[in-house]
Amino acid sequence: MSKQIKLKKGFDIRLVGKAEKKIGDFQSVKTFAIKPTDFIGMQRPKVIVKEGDTVKAGSPILFDKKLEKVQYVAPVSGEIVEIKRGEKRALLEIKILADSEINFEDFEKYTDADIAAASREKLVDHMTATGVWPQIIQRPYGVVANPEDEPKNIFISGFDTHPLAPDYDFLFKGQANYFQAGINVLKKLTEGKIYLGLSGESKSSEFANIQGVETNYFSGPHPSGNVGVQIHHIAPINKGETIWTLNPYGVVQIGKLFTNGQYDASKLIALTGSEIKTPVYAQTYIGSCVDSYVAGNTKTDNIRVISGNVLTGEKINRDGYLGFYDHQLTLIPEGDYYEFLGWMKPTTEKLSYHKALGLLSFLNPKKEYVLDSNVRGEERAFVQTGVFESVTPMDIYPVYLLKAIMAEDFDEMEELGIYEVIEEDLALCEFVDVSKHPVQEIVRKGIELIQFS
Amino acid sequence: MKFLRDLLDKQKPLFQKGGKLENLYYLYEAGETFMFSPKHTTAPRGAQVKDAIDLKRMMITVVIAMIPCLLFGIYNTGHMHYLAVGEAASFGDKFILGLTLVLPIVIVAYAAGGLVEASFAVVRKHPINEGFLVTGMLIPLVVPATTPLWQVALATIFAVVIAKEVFGGTGMNILNVAMTARAFLYFAYPAQISGDQVWTYLGDKTPVDGFSGATALSVAYQSGQEGVNVVSNLASHNSAIVDNMFSFANMFFGFIPGSIGETSTLMVLLGAAILLFTGVASWKIMVSAFGGAYIMAAVMQLLAVNEYMAMPAHYHLVMGGIAFGIVFMATDPVSAAQTESGKWIYGLLIGVLTIIIRVTNPAYPEGIMLAVLFMNVFAPLIDHYVVKANKKRRLQRATV
Repeated sequence: MSKQIKLKKGFDIRLVGKAEKKIGDFQSVKTFAIKPTDFIGMQRPKVIVKEGDTVKAGSPILFDKKLEKVQYVAPVSGEIVEIKRGEKRALLEIKILADSEINFEDFEKYTDADIAAASREKLVDHMTATGVWPQIIQRPYGVVANPEDEPKNIFISGFDTHPLAPDYDFLFKGQANYFQAGINVLKKLTEGKIYLGLSGESKSSEFANIQGVETNYFSGPHPSGNVGVQIHHIAPINKGETIWTLNPYGVVQIGKLFTNGQYDASKLIALTGSEIKTPVYAQTYIGSCVDSYVAGNTKTDNIRVISGNVLTGEKINRDGYLGFYDHQLTLIPEGDYYEFLGWMKPTTEKLSYHKALGLLSFLNPKKEYVLDSNVRGEERAFVQTGVFESVTPMDIYPVYLLKAIMAEDFDEMEELGIYEVIEEDLALCEFVDVSKHPVQEIVRKGIELIQFS
Repeated sequence: MKFLRDLLDKQKPLFQKGGKLENLYYLYEAGETFMFSPKHTTAPRGAQVKDAIDLKRMMITVVIAMIPCLLFGIYNTGHMHYLAVGEAASFGDKFILGLTLVLPIVIVAYAAGGLVEASFAVVRKHPINEGFLVTGMLIPLVVPATTPLWQVALATIFAVVIAKEVFGGTGMNILNVAMTARAFLYFAYPAQISGDQVWTYLGDKTPVDGFSGATALSVAYQSGQEGVNVVSNLASHNSAIVDNMFSFANMFFGFIPGSIGETSTLMVLLGAAILLFTGVASWKIMVSAFGGAYIMAAVMQLLAVNEYMAMPAHYHLVMGGIAFGIVFMATDPVSAAQTESGKWIYGLLIGVLTIIIRVTNPAYPEGIMLAVLFMNVFAPLIDHYVVKANKKRRLQRATV
């Protein structure tokens, strides 16, 4: 039975620079990189290629010694040009100079009947060897799934409500058949159900007619599109349970692998933000260098380049690489300036969830804002109450949970719901926080405490 | 502004690590961030943009909300004086007299509080917290205009140190700081903050014959003791100097003796409107506290065994400091209940307790002070059970 779930709590951060629904013409990207740091929870990355090696799209280049079965593969064919390490030789980037024509590793093809007949073990082995496995994220912890586990359920959110998020219907246009193939594979991996969350506001989703899933509709402000929020309302995670989540991109990629026998890392990304000249979509591959999209395409010079969105994204260099899981590049002004009496000046130009003295953005709820990276204040102890709860559509007390993490109280963390959240679920708290706490960092710290205890 | 910025930048190395005045860094920082919001940018991972609010803005909103009470309190201090001595005076005269009495109290409270805050910031190396902006304004508003300045200073220092800094500063305190200051004065120097003689400033003049300095609450309590109708006794009180001083309307508007900021329910409601509109204070606490007080007063009326108990319930809401206490002190987010359902319980009990203390305890004519402090202590317990219910829901789910 599909459910309609209306969420009231939350907040939409409206920004200038939504990508127009067309694919822009850009200089083709030359280098691509896999960043082990994108895989949160990867403990001991081990590179299996050397500088100068040539690889095909789908050739293994990396694995985690703690999860040896899962291969991380090259998104494109070409030459390994640099293996970049940071402090204490921490592995940062494996850069590939792409061929002009992509060569694919040949993998076995499966018909629908083959998939239906194959054993779970065979499917898992195929997925872990070919590079699509890291698309599966495990909850709790929000880390790459362990192939040995059997998840209670699998959850997929079919829309994104983050600020300036790409439109998934545009992103995955015409790929419903691959998506269906991916679902058919995933069905074999769990005894439970596959839940698909779609936006209750636009019913005409690309994925509306997919078979073998239970579709639920969510409406309301961000974070209604977050898979964690959807899980909480459909079948919440309890202690000792494991569930898996995927982005639709992962499902499509699995579908392509089984249907075409290729590791297809091509993806559409949205180029967004107030500082980009042409906010459109671009066709590229996983780990794309953003240079081609940023150089000469910015309105101002002092900008911050973000892989992902402004709530959960990561700051990268102008010639940095898009994160493994990101479908979005956001360019905002850097906020490294002083502001005279900035703490009391009335303003209609700065967005606020609050209405305290002089914060006038509530007068114009539909306005799109240009926000920069200024923190707008200093870190303080928790003072205001009730605000985190009002942007978190889950039966969770975020402040109590955060305090339990700060106090490293394991029992309290468990009881307060640490298993149900990852960073993105409480990202809005970080935005609205009067006391400017690094909420997402604290959440990850708590998850790591629990995970490795 | 460039000139100011340059000046600050020039001084900065003095206060930074290795500078001569390194120890005073947080004083410099307080001044700097007061004038210029800092240029910090967000971390590379996590939220890349932040809401425009910060604690300074939130606190200044509360200070602004108290300004109607302050201005009215200044005027009323003068007004009460001229009434008591039987002289006619213009609005300006009254205001100026009030100003000469109230302003020193405000300055002393801010200076004493600021000094403690700054010393702790320097010694314990933490930034100066904005909480004292509010505390420094609240304390003057809850004492009579005749309070000796040294008592204001002492009470402020006591409250900031004992109620706040020993717990770790703003955000960590259990008791409302300003209410602690008042309780300190009440128990340490009762002669200057209770009775009939302290509420009206007389100076060296003699009051007119038949003048009484009693507050509405003590008149009501006396009426109960003497067995006369409270409403008519209130209405005829002080007829030597003015008619109908303690009529419901007059008490609502606030032309009555009392602590500086508490007399006018109207001005308190104006402040409440600011706090509620800006969302800085919890409407749940305000509604439930006023509701609790009214319900309890109505119950008292039903069960009345003396004239005080029989007083109409709505009178309780405009007498004494209940409105001020509920709007500005019960809603202090740090010392109040922090969960949404907890706030209902917390507010309700404050209202109920206030009326019980007022009506049944002869030693304390006003109950809001003790009710707020008492519930401050119990707020964590209320929250504990609300959060426990949440944990229980999670646990029950697991077994299904």
